[in-house]
Amino acid sequence: MSAGVLSKTVRGFTNALAQTLVSENSAHAHGLLQTLDPRVKLLGLLALVVAAALSRRLAVIVALFGLGVVLAVASRLSLWSFAKRVWLVAFGFTAMIAAPALFLTPGQTLYALPFGSVAITGQGARSALLLIARVEADVTLSTLLVLTTPWMHLLKALRTLLVPVEVIALLAMTHRYVVLLTETANAMFESRQSRMVGRLNGREQRRLMVNTGGVLMSKTLEMGNEVFLAMQSRGFRGEVRLLTDFRLRARDYLAMSGFAAAVVAAVVMGW
Amino acid sequence: MHIPDGYLSPSTCAVMYAASAPCWWAALRRTRKKLFGRTLPLLSLFAAFSFVTMMFNLPLPGGTTGHAVGVGIAAIVLGPWASLLAISLALTIQALFFGDGGITTLGANCFNMAIAGSFAAWGIYQLVSLGAAAESRRRVVAAALAGYGAINLSALLAAIEFGIQPMLFHDATGTPLYAPYPLSVAIPAMMAGHLTIAGAAEAIMSAGLFSYLRRNEPALVGIASPATARKTARSLWGALALVLLLTPLGIVASGAAWGEWAPRDFSDAAARAQIAAASGNSAAPMAAPSGLARLANLWTAPLPNYAPHFVKSAAFGYLLSAMFGVGLILVVAWVALRFTQSAKQRSEL
Repeated sequence: MSAGVLSKTVRGFTNALAQTLVSENSAHAHGLLQTLDPRVKLLGLLALVVAAALSRRLAVIVALFGLGVVLAVASRLSLWSFAKRVWLVAFGFTAMIAAPALFLTPGQTLYALPFGSVAITGQGARSALLLIARVEADVTLSTLLVLTTPWMHLLKALRTLLVPVEVIALLAMTHRYVVLLTETANAMFESRQSRMVGRLNGREQRRLMVNTGGVLMSKTLEMGNEVFLAMQSRGFRGEVRLLTDFRLRARDYLAMSGFAAAVVAAVVMGW
Repeated sequence: MHIPDGYLSPSTCAVMYAASAPCWWAALRRTRKKLFGRTLPLLSLFAAFSFVTMMFNLPLPGGTTGHAVGVGIAAIVLGPWASLLAISLALTIQALFFGDGGITTLGANCFNMAIAGSFAAWGIYQLVSLGAAAESRRRVVAAALAGYGAINLSALLAAIEFGIQPMLFHDATGTPLYAPYPLSVAIPAMMAGHLTIAGAAEAIMSAGLFSYLRRNEPALVGIASPATARKTARSLWGALALVLLLTPLGIVASGAAWGEWAPRDFSDAAARAQIAAASGNSAAPMAAPSGLARLANLWTAPLPNYAPHFVKSAAFGYLLSAMFGVGLILVVAWVALRFTQSAKQRSEL
């Protein structure tokens, strides 16, 4: 079998599981953002993401990106892994999408290419830069939230955005089973891979993938019944309760003021 | 297809959240009664399953690979309301935890893939499999079409959201502030990949999983009882009638649709102004392009401008045209159905 499809899928699963571990580890480090109340962090970073989306000035968006980098350093996150996992990926994807805009956006000619009648326009260049900067700033700020907040705290903090308690329970369960099913699927593919000699053609590969998906679905549904019975045996009677023991401290009020000041400045200067 | 942060303006994101919110609310209300039974773990697990299948690299004819969203099979197994919740949950986890798709654009992503996708998949599956026997191959085709149609509708919606950005959000110099491509670029660019690669991946996954479930878990792909099938058919006819009644809404939009100009529009001052305004202030040519002028009269439609000559009311004309068009499609579908049924009967003999 070609190394392609199965190995790529297994690699994808391994990366996802590794990312989960990295997030859990970094969320428990002793950095600036990790010590803040999750509700303050959620609202503050989301407001900064919206401020970057609202801004029409490149300098303001770059400043918000810079603020994200400073917060990452203060939160003891590795800039190298940030660059590898977040900035380069976002840059590669967005630059590929933005590149044709250099030529396709109507406007004043900035640089005429020596061949044909193709020219980079000023509006095209500015538009591409704005898009790349905005995506980098937004992705940095939203990744900071995930890397510095344990998942369960993040979910509980969503209550401040009036997300219904049932949805939070569903998200918590979904996240738990995403990890479990990723591990199950990974084990299924690895065990299949270890029993294969030779190559499968495209049709057989498709059948393999779809059948694995089918078996995974059967396991999922079986697990659904087991989980329900387990929930009932532990006294689940249809009510979801969240234990929220968050308490605002002086540093949270200070952080709240800092986030508010940065958002107001970005919105006023970026308009 | 997972739109990241930064590609859509905050107002577009707000509109998409506002459009998704009532659907989430209605879906929660509909499933709440059942939510604290087996549905709670089932929904979570199905969302987790969709998430994991999105990571499957599916080999496609031609040597490339694609990923499926899983909306086709989710809508068939769970129904549209629970499916929209399950896919929304999977998209939320992807956005919040894995950074796949933005947080500000989560409303748009959920609307495109979870909401529109679920209803499209469910509607297509119900329509194509209507009256089909449990073991009929038509059901597998219906599942494939459900996945294919759903993913392409989602892609079209995303392309429209991208394409309206430069029209609505640009600065004084004409620089687009968000996604930079107009509809004329965004739609073909987006659809090229989805009509082929992503559409094929979704169709194969939907049909394959449907076949697997029909063989191993037949109750899950609930082959409807005759009474349920009749009820479903009634709902679909009702929805079709509603859409027909809404067709005169097209009159509300002023001017001609972009790119649907007639040769005479190029010599009409008012039409020229409309063309320029809708084309980023690029002036239209003084005369109709020669190719357009040559080919414009190649075919004269029997109902030009959605109204026969003898009808004076534009709204009534729209309604009449819609009824005629739908009738024509139903006749063609009926003939095709009769043809395939008689061919099947012949082969069984």
